[in-house]
Amino acid sequence: MVRFFGILIGLFFAGMMVYSFGRGAVEYISNPPVKAVEYQFHEEPKDVSFKSDGPFGKFDNQQLQRGFQVYKEVCAACHGIRLVAFRNLAELGYSEDEVKAIAANWPIETPDIDPNTGEASTRPSIPADKFPKPFANNVAAAAANNNAIPPDLSLITKAREGGAPYVYSLLSGYTDAPAELPEANRPGTGLHYNPYFANLNLAMAPPITGDDQVTYSDGTKATVSQMAQDVSAFLIWTAEPSLIKQKQTGWAVLAFLLIATILAFLSYKSIWADVKAEKKKKEA
Amino acid sequence: MASVDTAVEPNDSAVSEPEIGGVRRRDFINIAAVSFGGVGVVATVFPLVNQMNPSADVLALSSIEVDISAIERGQAIKTSWRKQPIFIRNLTAPEIEAANKVDVSGLRDPETLAERTQAGKENWLITLGVCTHLGCVPLGAAQGEVKGEFGGYFCPCHGSHYDTAGRTRKGPAPTNLEVPEYSFLTDTVVKIG
Amino acid sequence: MSFPWAQQYKPATEFGQWMDDRLPIGRLVYNSLGAGYPTPRNLNYMWNFGSLAGVFLVVQIVTGIILAMHYAANADIAFDSVEHIMRDVNSGWMIRYAHANGASFFFIAIYLHIGRGLYYGSYKAPREMIWLLGVVIYLLAMATAFMGYVLPWGQMSFWGAKVITGLFEAIPLVGKPIQELLLGGFAPDNAALNRFFSLHYLLPFVIAGVIIMHIWALHIPGSSNPTGVSVKGKQDTVPFHPFYTAKDGWFVGLALIFFTAMMFFMPNALGHADNYIPANPLSTPAHIVPEWYFWPWYAILRAFTFDFLFVPAKLLGVLAMFSAILVWFFLPWLDRSPVRSGDYRPRFKKFFWFGLIPCIAILGYCGGAPAEEPFVMLSQLATAYYFAHFLIVLPLLSRIEKPEPLPNSITEAVTGKPLQQAS
Ligand code: HEM
Ligand code: FES
Repeated sequence: MVRFFGILIGLFFAGMMVYSFGRGAVEYISNPPVKAVEYQFHEEPKDVSFKSDGPFGKFDNQQLQRGFQVYKEVCAACHGIRLVAFRNLAELGYSEDEVKAIAANWPIETPDIDPNTGEASTRPSIPADKFPKPFANNVAAAAANNNAIPPDLSLITKAREGGAPYVYSLLSGYTDAPAELPEANRPGTGLHYNPYFANLNLAMAPPITGDDQVTYSDGTKATVSQMAQDVSAFLIWTAEPSLIKQKQTGWAVLAFLLIATILAFLSYKSIWADVKAEKKKKEA
Repeated sequence: MASVDTAVEPNDSAVSEPEIGGVRRRDFINIAAVSFGGVGVVATVFPLVNQMNPSADVLALSSIEVDISAIERGQAIKTSWRKQPIFIRNLTAPEIEAANKVDVSGLRDPETLAERTQAGKENWLITLGVCTHLGCVPLGAAQGEVKGEFGGYFCPCHGSHYDTAGRTRKGPAPTNLEVPEYSFLTDTVVKIG
Repeated sequence: MSFPWAQQYKPATEFGQWMDDRLPIGRLVYNSLGAGYPTPRNLNYMWNFGSLAGVFLVVQIVTGIILAMHYAANADIAFDSVEHIMRDVNSGWMIRYAHANGASFFFIAIYLHIGRGLYYGSYKAPREMIWLLGVVIYLLAMATAFMGYVLPWGQMSFWGAKVITGLFEAIPLVGKPIQELLLGGFAPDNAALNRFFSLHYLLPFVIAGVIIMHIWALHIPGSSNPTGVSVKGKQDTVPFHPFYTAKDGWFVGLALIFFTAMMFFMPNALGHADNYIPANPLSTPAHIVPEWYFWPWYAILRAFTFDFLFVPAKLLGVLAMFSAILVWFFLPWLDRSPVRSGDYRPRFKKFFWFGLIPCIAILGYCGGAPAEEPFVMLSQLATAYYFAHFLIVLPLLSRIEKPEPLPNSITEAVTGKPLQQAS
């Protein structure tokens, strides 16, 4: 019985599938799918590496501080890093007083309640605060930005397929739309052509526009590429502050496990030696 | 190690009779493997337990700054530090006098008011609002609350009385109300923690 | 005990004796995982994945209980609470990455374990019940993992919850009410998140319970082996401890090396970037995919693109997807070949290696790819073969195939010498 019904059901599903395949194949041949325009003009992230890459990578604090400067002077007006706290900046090598000053002088204040009237107010931030959001909510963000909501950047290098190289490419990759781009895909008003962006047209105007837009205190020349790279490195850190610790712990764990496993393997071999020897003896 | 190595006398007949001869070296490997496993488990347990300790954001809040300019003589405020109540009390002259009159040697937890306040600021009594018995919040900080037999604080849970220096005087509380680490940043701002 | 030569438990201490007379836990362990369980001496490494799956279940339960100490099942703060674990909780990142990657390793172990069963005929008499319980474990694990993936409340969490509960909508008449019942609303929100968390916490313990039954059922006939020939006597077996505890032990070490390499150096490689974007009910990610371990089933779901008479394609896809797993429940009665091991079934072996395995690989690949041609066509072909394999090929094969001669006993297969004395 089981087999009888089984074969019937099997024939039904398999038949359906062969039929669907046939119709799909005819359709595919007579009407081959065309690649969407986005695919033709879209470009993969540039090949760029960061000091924190690879199993032995380390953050370069100098670079992260420069990246933070770019974030602060160029990005922070529109994009928050709401998951990061001012106190975390100490990990980039800022002293306690510097962190305090950065928090207190941050252009956007932390929302609070007036202790006397109970009304919503703001106060200067302290190190324990997270970076305040640049807009009170999404409606305010959309209203101030031509209906596009600037995403929070705390996790951006983990939340985009291409990671930090994608962020770098996007920032340094604005160009004029190619002449052969179809009219429908040309940037409309308020949009900007960028081949690294999924649908090619992005509401963010090129934020890093020219060399020396920021002045680095460590003397590094602030080229567009340098600034884009520094801020991307900073955003690797905001997304995964424990990145380096993860790798270091990983090496210690792996070294331990390797020894333990070799020992366990030897122990296994010695325990089985008798049984294997018996087998050999019989074979002989 | 060496003794184990030299003890090994591989002996053909021992191969299928692990109880005799050849035992030691094999045992050594098994023991080493099992001990390594054990060490691994113990090492893993550490982070698994340590995760319960206060997290970084909790620790970050471990110091607060309080403006005390509005506290009049004889008044107290309750504020919160590390999610625990803090009593900040501006003592009156009679209260200070009462506290200083006590013979310290007779106390359960002998401490003078001067030891519990900062020099030149003897009127500012800053303590945790946590009864040292089992952790209730004593009464006496807010206006109109009972202050107990000694005019300081009174814990209603099991009846501990504290005097105007926050010292335990009667009831089950074993020690004086704890004085947190604090410093005056200015005359009107204290930093606690 | 089914083997008269099994070693007997003798408490080593007086306390052990006292316990044994009152609560014989030591005896239970001894007889199920200790020296009291005679195990075929010729098991190969495919027999290691059961215990490995058990180890990863323990990893999931331990790390899961810890995550639950810090996680907040509330749609407003769930995402941030996971980031709190990642950033502020001591070693929180390690525990979360262990849990996220542990789920994948649990499924790797379970798939290889199931594959072993399919090839070596472990589902056949007298082990049907072990197999059935195994399928139950797999179903529970899928439910657990699905609900776990919803908890971080990222974009993939949200849309995964929406799409998977949307499957139930395909049921005629009652579909929509069932979906609303499951979600406690019209779209995933607090109600859904909370019940998913509650069940995600519960189900692993149910799995542990079913595993106990799975092992209990295993100990009636004992383990099968690569020849599929039943154990004939003492010379065919070795005590589980120390022989297989040692073998499982070092293999667990090996597996942990791969596991920790993943979780410390590429912890998000098996995850999806979109899940680092907080759930947004108003915008769907460009390309919704479940976790990799669901890809083959997802491909079957999407392979149905045509209505059949009055049955809509959506319902067919859902039916086919569930049937694809449920068919495993009938496997012991579909494949009636008396020979268990694929090693001695020349035709079965070909269908297995050149049919089923590539078919599942293709389904897996297509399930993770966008719903575009040629992936849909490929999954249609593979789906056709998948059903044909279990429902047509196996039943017919057991009639027409001529198996190769089996060894007389395990010992003979191991030593190449016929058995001298049978006991
Ligand atoms: C068979 C056992 C289990 C499997 C397969 C499993 C699977 C998963 C998966 C795939 C996730 C999403 C991971 C991510 O990408 O973030 C998850 C999250 C979670 N699981 Fe489990 N889990 C299991 C057992 C448990 C247990 C026993 C508990 C609690 C006692 C638990 C608690 C949690 C919590 C709190 C989360 C959310 C935190 C997070 O997303 O990292 N899990 N689980
Ligand atoms: S807790 Fe205050 S008297 Fe017991």
